Amino acid sequence: MSLFTLSLSLVFVGLAILLSNGFKLGLEKDIVIATVRSSIQLLIIGYVLTFIFSADNPFFMVLMILLMILAAAQNIVKKKHQIPGLMWRVIVTLLTIEAVTMLFLMGLNIIPPAPRYVITFSGMIIGSSMVIANLFLNRLRAEVRNRKEEIAVILSLGGTAGQAMAAILKDVIRASMIPTIESTKTMGLVQLPGMMTGQIIGGADPAEAVRFQLVIVFSLLAAAALTSIILSRLVYPALFNEYEQLIFKE
Amino acid sequence: MDGKEKRRVLQDITAEVPAGSVVTIVGPSGSGKSSLLSLCNLLSTPDEGEIWVQDKEVRTWDIKKLRRHVGLAFQTAPMLPGTVLDNLLSAARLHHFSFEEPERLIQYVGLPENILKRDARELSGGQKQRVALARTLVNEPAVLLLDEITSALDPIAAREIEELIIRIHKEKQNTILWVTHDLEQARRVGDFTWLIVEGQIIEQADTSLFFSCPEKEQTRLFLQREHVEEIEP
Repeated sequence: MSLFTLSLSLVFVGLAILLSNGFKLGLEKDIVIATVRSSIQLLIIGYVLTFIFSADNPFFMVLMILLMILAAAQNIVKKKHQIPGLMWRVIVTLLTIEAVTMLFLMGLNIIPPAPRYVITFSGMIIGSSMVIANLFLNRLRAEVRNRKEEIAVILSLGGTAGQAMAAILKDVIRASMIPTIESTKTMGLVQLPGMMTGQIIGGADPAEAVRFQLVIVFSLLAAAALTSIILSRLVYPALFNEYEQLIFKE
Repeated sequence: MDGKEKRRVLQDITAEVPAGSVVTIVGPSGSGKSSLLSLCNLLSTPDEGEIWVQDKEVRTWDIKKLRRHVGLAFQTAPMLPGTVLDNLLSAARLHHFSFEEPERLIQYVGLPENILKRDARELSGGQKQRVALARTLVNEPAVLLLDEITSALDPIAAREIEELIIRIHKEKQNTILWVTHDLEQARRVGDFTWLIVEGQIIEQADTSLFFSCPEKEQTRLFLQREHVEEIEP
């Protein structure tokens, strides 16, 4: 694809800006920033990936993955979820998910331990975990705010913070996993996943592209479950103090 | 202390509650009455000062034991998700003991046995308050903290709950701290009455003396004002 052809796709950005302006959504500036940022980030990552793939050095691969985890964690923490120590809790969660999924993918020889595969798969898994973590934390905040009395009743009966949060966490985990499960159900019917589409456009055999996509889909399901469950275990204690009092501030 | 500007909720409070007595706590809205209750079972902690329950400062208690020993009933009687039976068994489930007599307990608080299977959140205000009391009683608390438990009820239901509490007190001899906005109720049920205004105890006295000949001018004014409001709401 030529740069000229690529620049024609800016028509879509113009359309989004026009619609935002027409409906007075006030999102024009954000759309411009998002367009510029994504263009610059993707151009840079294109060069970085070219370097890492050609260097074929595990150090650069690990460094890249760590950077992706840090960027995802930063994105989650900046949403002001009002949870103390959220950064390290999110980093531990993402590191665990990355370790578990890569261990399975490479251990079972589903993907080779080459940067070309590890980085692309990691990007998709970390990105998906980031979205789920944000969903989880938003929902958690809303549930704690709405169910403060329920928590207070259990604490007043002598229940622990874990007991007071058990039913709430179960609901929050379910709610944060549902979008991934629903999107998996409609895959191939409503949407053709980005990676598969990219591979097919790039000339790969569609059957091979589908197989890779299925690996990703299954990994994302596991990542969704792991993200919400690990995060739930790590985050809820931060909402209480040493006297089993709810200290969550709205 | 509370809030962003570190407002003092309670200050200079020194008081004792004799075991087995009923202390009614009155005062204007927002004066710190509910905050005082929450300190007693460690649902909140003071920035300064100490709260002693049975010769032990609350922060030195095992928290589970303290909260079983000092039960709290809330104004709105929030129900846990599930049936009435689920609510009654919640304390037993939290503390891993078996509770064999939910039927007897539900009848004890004046509700029919067949209510056990109903969704707790669909009950009336008075029924919820009875279930909430029964739920608290499963822990067999020696101290009961009652936070305006009749204020959201109609007069008949409020009187029935009041009579239930008096019966529980007579039979179990619990110590009761009862926050109420209803001065007649405070007079009827209390052995001692405290007036709290702006986080301070203005007067604490035998209930009969508190209402018949209060010592402090502020108490007299409060009683007069509340009396007028009760007559001309």
